[in-house]
Amino acid sequence: MSYLEYTVARVPTGPGKILYMNWALLVLIITVACIGFVMLFSVAGGNMSTWAEPQIQRFLIGLGILFFVAMVPIWFWRNMAGFAYAASILLLLYVEFLGVEGKGAQRWIDLGFMRLQPSELTKITLVMLLVAYYDWLDIKKVSNPIWVLVPILLILLPTFLVLRQPDLGTALLLVMGGAVVMFLAGVHWAYFGAVAALGAGTVAAVFTSRGTGWQLLQDYQYRRIDTFLNPASDPLGAGYHITQSQIALGSGGWAGKGFMQGTQSRLNFLPEKHTDFIFTTLAEEFGFLGGISLLALYGLIIFFCVISAVSNRDRFGSLLTLGIAATFFLFFAVNMSMVMGLAPVVGVPLPLVSYGGSAMLVLMGAFGLAQSAHIHKPRGRA
Amino acid sequence: MKRSPADITESTRRITRRGLILGGTQLAFMGGLALRMRFMQVEEAEKYSLLAEENRINLRLLPPARGLIFDRNGATLAENEQNYRIVLVREDAGDVDDVLARLSRFVALDPDDLEKARKEIFRRSPFVPVTIADRLTWEEFAEVAVNGPALPGVTPEVGFSRVYPLGGDFAHLVGYVGPVSDFDLTRGYLASDEDPLLQIPRFQVGKSGVEARLEHGLRGQAGNKQIEVNAVGRVMRELGRTEGTPGANLQLTVDSMLQNYMQVRLLADTASQSASAALIDIENGDILAVASGPSFDPNKFVRGISNTDYQALQDEQLRPQFSKATQGAYPPGSTFKMVTALAALEDGVIELDETVYCPGFRELGDRKFHCWNRGGHGKVDLITSLEQSCDVYYYDIAERVGIEKISAMARRLGLGQRFDLPITGLHPGLTPTKAWKREHRDEDWLIGDTLNSGIGQGFVLATPLQLAVMAARLATGQAVLPRLVKSVDGVEEPVAAAAPLGLTTSILQEIRRGMFRVVNRRSGTAYSSRIVAEGMEMAGKTGTSQVRNVVVRNEDVPWNQRDHALFVCYAPFDKPRYACSVVVEHGGGGSLVAAPVARDIMLQALYGGKPPLAAYPTAQRGRIQTQQQKLALRDPASFAPGANRL
Repeated sequence: MSYLEYTVARVPTGPGKILYMNWALLVLIITVACIGFVMLFSVAGGNMSTWAEPQIQRFLIGLGILFFVAMVPIWFWRNMAGFAYAASILLLLYVEFLGVEGKGAQRWIDLGFMRLQPSELTKITLVMLLVAYYDWLDIKKVSNPIWVLVPILLILLPTFLVLRQPDLGTALLLVMGGAVVMFLAGVHWAYFGAVAALGAGTVAAVFTSRGTGWQLLQDYQYRRIDTFLNPASDPLGAGYHITQSQIALGSGGWAGKGFMQGTQSRLNFLPEKHTDFIFTTLAEEFGFLGGISLLALYGLIIFFCVISAVSNRDRFGSLLTLGIAATFFLFFAVNMSMVMGLAPVVGVPLPLVSYGGSAMLVLMGAFGLAQSAHIHKPRGRA
Repeated sequence: MKRSPADITESTRRITRRGLILGGTQLAFMGGLALRMRFMQVEEAEKYSLLAEENRINLRLLPPARGLIFDRNGATLAENEQNYRIVLVREDAGDVDDVLARLSRFVALDPDDLEKARKEIFRRSPFVPVTIADRLTWEEFAEVAVNGPALPGVTPEVGFSRVYPLGGDFAHLVGYVGPVSDFDLTRGYLASDEDPLLQIPRFQVGKSGVEARLEHGLRGQAGNKQIEVNAVGRVMRELGRTEGTPGANLQLTVDSMLQNYMQVRLLADTASQSASAALIDIENGDILAVASGPSFDPNKFVRGISNTDYQALQDEQLRPQFSKATQGAYPPGSTFKMVTALAALEDGVIELDETVYCPGFRELGDRKFHCWNRGGHGKVDLITSLEQSCDVYYYDIAERVGIEKISAMARRLGLGQRFDLPITGLHPGLTPTKAWKREHRDEDWLIGDTLNSGIGQGFVLATPLQLAVMAARLATGQAVLPRLVKSVDGVEEPVAAAAPLGLTTSILQEIRRGMFRVVNRRSGTAYSSRIVAEGMEMAGKTGTSQVRNVVVRNEDVPWNQRDHALFVCYAPFDKPRYACSVVVEHGGGGSLVAAPVARDIMLQALYGGKPPLAAYPTAQRGRIQTQQQKLALRDPASFAPGANRL
């Protein structure tokens, strides 16, 4: 309860506080989602009902969630952080033992109307808990080894569960998202340097262990790394995804082949064209201009989040907004790097655009939190 | 916990600083992404556009070169000829009819073929290349290649097609290839063949003869290439290629010079419209020539035979497509008498010097079995019975020895069995037994059946090839086995050592003497077909097999009811090298029609070409010379080693 005593009077209350919402951010979110609908319509070959319609429905539900979350005072969410994290862990444990097999990996909880991916939820709840932790922690203790160990354990617990599924992409995002929050909270540089060194060591270990009895990654993950490093080595096999994706992207050229004219996606050369590889279709059909526009929109979303965060004197709200922005950034950065052949093919969707319920709802909830932080930030001079 | 204002300020300051650092890093990363995007979409756009166009990575089979077929001297019997053709891929063509219309401005397309190709195009998957036109001239081919941009989906290709330089000479034996048919794949001989090559539209497979029977070896193994094709179907680059294995080259035992002579000579006489013959090397069983007339040009089948040509081949009487020498089974008539004699003599039911009285017929119950000589031959011994082909002698000994032993002897001499040869529809002939008649005719065997069988009539059937084998076995006393494949890819096929037949030498000698006298004694039935050159004398046996029962003069009945004329022989008598059989369908008497043909073939073999007139009896030389000149033989150059290669 860091600021209640002197800020609450300056925090907007009542239904009118909706006016204090970060409208620019909301408009950007809606714009990006609309681009997503258009692309889903296109990759379905001009069919609304295949992917676009369900996606619109989920987005509307997501908007509802966003507004609901935004209107609830941010301190309520801070108090909920521990519960949210615990719930995520329980759900992860649940899929670990009872989850429905999807794409060879246990990731779903079937809720009937949609399939919930606890790992998606965890990306946000982890950030929430870490931010709440740093809000609670004395600033002077932030770089104290004991107090650094706690968030590391909080990060590693869900990471371990997600890796068991196995979902390398989400695991990486969890680690990176958590690390970003720690960085923002002011943990000393030295720790990051140490982790970087450790990471390099791990990479070395991962490669040395290959083919031995204590092999650290699954075979398919090694193959992905192989094809990432040299996708041309196997254009018909393991490198197919990335090769086709790069061809689609590159062949879009400056202005693209035109809406619904992308041969790569039309002729089914592109894999997962409605989910993880949707950006390639956009880049193929709308070219560099289309791709850079989406990137700019994403950049603006980050920008408005950062602006909102640095102008927020509430530690929890500010850190949370930045954490959410960073998580959002990680989503699209990893996804785009992947389709451009800069990162291995790990299952990370393009935020707000890729077809998928869990990611959409979780992101909208996250932006709801950012909006709540924005609405309920202390206004006026302290 | 409560925070001091200083703490809050410190927190905000830190968050702002780190937030801006993070934001800056993110911005930088996005800049990197944008640069990468720009690099791919602007700098490298062309490369990727090309890749996208080339995208269809296809696996295409590389059909192996079909194995060639040579004769024993190395003259080519089946060759692969370069063939320019045009294929079309439907999905690349867009408007197929439009493309075809444009194509027909460059290439003369037969409307029927075009319609056929159109159907094929729409029947197959859109990405399967379908051959539109075949055997283009170089000019047409070049024209299509030059006009490629105007013809989307159309690709000019160079392929190979089969060609048979010796035409009809080997139509029956070597056979021909043709496009693989649904029948071949479902119920035909390729039904269990999983070779992906067979899925290529119009892939050429053996349809008959050696081409069909040795299809597997001749075809070879498919290679393949992985190619990337652009949006209009043009091959842009090859990703990889696995070479196939060409088909095995076959060398047959046949001698194309002898084959050509045989083919021409068979139909040279007016009495002979439909005939067949076989000539084998006695020492190793090599089939030197085996021909059936009339023949046909197998090249027409490869190219796609026209309806008129095809109708002409459907003649029901002459049956040009039918390989009579191997697929035709005839009652062997008197050529079977050596079998009956051997059976009886080996069994001891008659002695070598024993005689039988021939009154011109033999009575069995109320039935009379006639001798061909109504006047009768009087007292007849073995040698005379062969020489003059007395039927009564054989009625008598056949009855004594019985059908089972006769048929067993026939099989020992090579009749009634299917040799292991790569020949389609090889007829096994028939050596009847009591059990056979019971089973197939549902009747009991009668003594009369034995009598008829004794002179090679009734149920007995033999192919000309079997008769030649029989002659070879009689000449050697060994179980000579016919052989057709001499070498595969230069590796000689082993010659199976012929096992002795286990016949008594003295009996066999007498049989041979009888056969010698058939040809070389004035009273012999084939005296006019003797060879007079010293050391080349021929031994043989005439046969006339009845097609009908009624006794009428041959000249008075329609052609197709006349008797078949047969002759089996070997030469030289002292040191046998070749065995030959000739069957002239509805030719009349074996002595008049078949024996002269056999002698000519034999002389051709003995002399390795045109024989000197001195080999013929003096009185015949003038006629023979005229006949020799009339024969339309091929240029000897086409039989030379290495001849006919492209």
